[in-house]
Amino acid sequence: MEENSVLLKTPLLRQHEKLGAKMSPFGGWLMPIQYSGIIEEHNWTRKNAGLFDICHMGEFALRMDPEKGNLDTLVTISLKRMPLFSCRYGFMLDEKGRVIDDLIIYRIDREHWMIVVNAATTQGDFSYLRSRLEGAGSFEDISASMGKLDLQGPLSAEVLSVLAGPGIRKLKYYTFGYFDLLGERIIISRTGYTGELGYELYMPASKVALLWDRLLEDDRVKPVGLGARDTLRLEMCYSLYGQDINRNTTPVAAGLGNFIDWDKEFTGRQALLEEKNSGSGMRMIYFMAQSRRCPRHNYRIKYAGRDVGAVTSGSFSPSLGCGIGMGYADREIAPGETVALGDGSVSIDAEVTLKPFYKDGSAKSGEAK
Amino acid sequence: MNVPEDLLYTKDHEWARIEGDNAVIGITDFAQDSLGDITFIDLPKQGAELKQSEWCATVESVKAASDVYAPLSGQVVKVNGELAEHPELVNKSAYDKGWFAVIKISDMSQKGKLMSPAQYKEYTEGLSK
Repeated sequence: MEENSVLLKTPLLRQHEKLGAKMSPFGGWLMPIQYSGIIEEHNWTRKNAGLFDICHMGEFALRMDPEKGNLDTLVTISLKRMPLFSCRYGFMLDEKGRVIDDLIIYRIDREHWMIVVNAATTQGDFSYLRSRLEGAGSFEDISASMGKLDLQGPLSAEVLSVLAGPGIRKLKYYTFGYFDLLGERIIISRTGYTGELGYELYMPASKVALLWDRLLEDDRVKPVGLGARDTLRLEMCYSLYGQDINRNTTPVAAGLGNFIDWDKEFTGRQALLEEKNSGSGMRMIYFMAQSRRCPRHNYRIKYAGRDVGAVTSGSFSPSLGCGIGMGYADREIAPGETVALGDGSVSIDAEVTLKPFYKDGSAKSGEAK
Repeated sequence: MNVPEDLLYTKDHEWARIEGDNAVIGITDFAQDSLGDITFIDLPKQGAELKQSEWCATVESVKAASDVYAPLSGQVVKVNGELAEHPELVNKSAYDKGWFAVIKISDMSQKGKLMSPAQYKEYTEGLSK
């Protein structure tokens, strides 16, 4: 166990302690895992609005003309095609197409970008980019001064419009805007990691506690920890960096090829194209246990009596009432087929399914299909 | 943390309520609180012979799976069937509705290895620090 004293703390530590959160190390930070209980927080987010402390994530500010600078070649996202006030999910890859990190890029102005990365990879990403970026006006790690809260759930628009005004309802999926909140002008994007209608709020770290308290004054809002964040994202089959994707896996194997702009040059493209065209290699599969038993990280996957791979994420699905999980198999396995997941002492039968597990999420509500 | 006076305890956070030749067994309030939401319990079969400090059940929570050890040796005479559908009873009522099994104690002298409520209370207070 890491000593709590060496862990980084968000500006909300006192709030978490007051709420009786169970705290645990995550990505070098001391983070709230749960408040009232993972299942209750999960269900609350699916029906109402859950508030998450996401201050641990990293943010970089970049000034760069996309026609002159080279960020485009370092990520899988096509910057030139991004409209102003849009955000895009993608990857930073090595030469072999393996994932250095997954990230979201915000286009704040024609030449002004915000890059949002994972907590544990923030420093590494910053060094990687700083040593490779060309043609940038400025490039800064603003993580320490930036606070981030996620408000997620079907009631999040109603809740947020009380503080930020009705304009919040006009935000489309994966777009953002500037909103005046508690005397600050802050970025709010319609994005998230739960599958529900939701928002990510970026504000000065010094204002996070005030906004947190204000949002919790609304009866429709409850605090949600990283435990439920994990079950919510797993029900949607969203990948977690460091667990489902890492320096040994590619987006193609992870089933995330649709987040890659193949029409442009980027580091790792050649290797990914070869992998994609060969049709071989590992493939992410998704499985639903035929009981309440949960597959766990590193359980082996057996198919037709043969060991075909390993589970990367597994948990109980509060929405479906059974175990769910995902993992890499060395072949395609069709939906409806049965796999066995276990570690020698346990064996759980599960059915291979299409993603996502949870199909009733409100994330894209109000959007054209 | 709730530590009833009429039970005996183990350092692995199991409890036993001795009723004549039998013992009702389960896990403590401290255990259910540390595990979080319990989602599945693999109980011993009726008729199984349990040995003190050896495997008796597996408890799965959202986060992890944990083994539970028998507080006393004996044969399982009854298991709590309710837990198959409602494992959350252990979270809600660890000492009452969330009991795991009743065993017929095979060696009453093993009681001596269990902790009294006062000892267990002191033990868990040490762990929480």
